[in-house]
Amino acid sequence: MSAKTSQTAPHGLEDWRGVWVNVELERGRVHPVSWELLGEGRKLADQLGVALSAVVIGADDSATDAACAEAAFYGADSVYVVRHPVLAHYRTDPYTKALTQLVGRYKPEILLLGATTLGRDLAGAVATTLATGLTADCTELRIDSETRSLAATRPTFGGSLLCTIHTLNCRPQMATVRPRVMAMPARDTQRTGQVIQETVALSEDDIATKILTFIPDAAAEEAQLAYADIVVAGGRGLGGPANFQHVKELARLLGGDYGGSRPVAQAGWIGLDRQIGQTGKTIRPKLYIAAGISGAVQHRVGVEGADVIVAINSDPNAPIFGFATYGIVGDAVRILPALTEALRARLPTRAEAI
Amino acid sequence: MHVVVCIKQVPDSSQIRVHPVTNTIMRQGVPAVINPHDLVALEEALRLKDRLNARVTVLSMGPKMAADALKKCIAYGADEAILITDSVFAGSDTLATSFALASTIRRIGQDHSVDMVFCGKQTIDGDTAQVGPGIARRLGFEQLTYVARIEKIDPAAREIVVHRRAEGGVQVLQSRLPCLITMIEGSNTLRFASMDDMFRAARYDVIEWNHKAAGIEAPERCGLKGSPTAVKKVFAPPQRSTKAEMIDATKATPCEAADTLLAKLFASHPALEKEMVR
Ligand SMILES: Cc1cc2nc3c(=O)[nH]c(=O)nc-3n(C[C@H](O)[C@H](O)[C@H](O)COP(=O)(O)OP(=O)(O)OC[C@H]3O[C@@H](n4cnc5c(N)ncnc54)[C@H](O)[C@@H]3O)c2cc1C
Repeated sequence: MSAKTSQTAPHGLEDWRGVWVNVELERGRVHPVSWELLGEGRKLADQLGVALSAVVIGADDSATDAACAEAAFYGADSVYVVRHPVLAHYRTDPYTKALTQLVGRYKPEILLLGATTLGRDLAGAVATTLATGLTADCTELRIDSETRSLAATRPTFGGSLLCTIHTLNCRPQMATVRPRVMAMPARDTQRTGQVIQETVALSEDDIATKILTFIPDAAAEEAQLAYADIVVAGGRGLGGPANFQHVKELARLLGGDYGGSRPVAQAGWIGLDRQIGQTGKTIRPKLYIAAGISGAVQHRVGVEGADVIVAINSDPNAPIFGFATYGIVGDAVRILPALTEALRARLPTRAEAI
Repeated sequence: MHVVVCIKQVPDSSQIRVHPVTNTIMRQGVPAVINPHDLVALEEALRLKDRLNARVTVLSMGPKMAADALKKCIAYGADEAILITDSVFAGSDTLATSFALASTIRRIGQDHSVDMVFCGKQTIDGDTAQVGPGIARRLGFEQLTYVARIEKIDPAAREIVVHRRAEGGVQVLQSRLPCLITMIEGSNTLRFASMDDMFRAARYDVIEWNHKAAGIEAPERCGLKGSPTAVKKVFAPPQRSTKAEMIDATKATPCEAADTLLAKLFASHPALEKEMVR
């Protein structure tokens, strides 16, 4: 007998409609992960036949206006905006209050946030306040046609396995996604969205946590790794920190950025913010060159979005050759400089510029 | 000052293998370790013990064997260790876990009021970073995540100043006690266990509480029942189907290998060359 039990939603769930994306605005800048999420949210909303909305929480200034307009360009049908002087810098309490109140007011069925330090801090507080399910660091979001619920897939056990998670009986269904996991959608300046100004009662006196100062990362330190179109990375196979110079040189010549595997970051050959992989950064470059990196699963999940992967490894059986586009079997310490030379000969404009 | 440190015993995921047929985790023989991020939290709490004579209680939720992890914390210098262990906790997601831990911290606070809770940034098996904020929210504690450094703490004035890693920089935050702090890696290095503490740990009996002893009157908010998220499917990551086009540089000079690569690369992906000279 086919006992296909129809999943009837618990009472009240059908009142929750729409897909929401939290737009992360910090010190006048929107984190690009917000647009990546709008791109993904658009697909979910279309599949559900509901509206896609952005939430902008920020200071009472022109950067907030700009973020609202941009959200529409990236696909939001409507933008809910909360503007208040106390929201100029991220703090858990006022942001949680603003977001939970809007969710309570409008009841979206899905709420997406970036898995950044801001997004993870906020998502954890909001999900607990709303007593709903939250799935971290998703790599794929789909709508399950049978239950109309969000099927959120995420790596588990350090990337060795993937699991698909549903939040069946609570709303909203919340998920975070790391920067660069989803593709950046097209920006269409012809698009407009309805901007809805929201008021949330907020007062500095009620906020126990004060921002004394903000120490921005030095421009040179601020790794653009996640957004670089070309990334060269090195692993333990390079033998030592001195040989890492070859990685940096090639990256510089190509106008890209450099990174490395976890052991290399932990050994201090490169900064911790340059680690690529499950517990480091996810990258989506057009070209990824990995030298002396084995290609363990925890590294692989961070680079799979690359268009072309070139691997240089002395071991013909290294796992990285199982997912690279081109593989060179050989000594990376000798091949990297050769590659830099060959490219310098071939790319005169850039070689001169350096 | 009373500080509670939440720790989790996790399988050492560097040694985990996935069964090729059933796609399940093969835990047999995989050693259990204290979640490495939690050790940063423990060290920070022990420093408060050194400086302010703070009382340090370590807390974990897990199976009975997790008592071993807690004993280790005693060896490092923690004063008390509590394990909440009960079948009602099985299958807890982050919401249910933070409920159980927060309830227990409230119960612990009845005996010695709690000023601070420390957690690791995240666990290496779940990787969610959600339990810390969940506990803070439920207890109504100030939530300070991704803390790299405690700059100042004044227990009398109930004030704390921390450096918190944020997007693009570091926030220097002044907050109040009680608070919950999650610590990021690289902030400190765990001390060695002292001989005295090792002896103490050897004799120490970890306090074990079931849900009732932990002061949890609503067991239905724990475990699978209390978890809004449900795992529907577990599977191995799909392979990128193409196998690499190989260039054997062992039989060629590095320059030849580099030239071969560039020829192939630019023939198949002409746009890349433009990208490089842009
Ligand atoms: C919870 C968890 C999270 C993790 N997160 C990450 C993460 O985010 N990112 C990450 O990278 N790893 C991560 N890891 C570690 C991961 O499992 C691997 O240990 C790591 O990626 C290996 O780094 P590697 O390839 O540089 O070093 P190794 O494994 O030591 O490999 C070195 C490679 O270099 C090759 N080699 C040696 N000499 C040469 C030479 N002269 N020329 C060319 N090749 C040479 C070798 O054949 C070998 O393949 C994580 C692990 C765990 C348990």
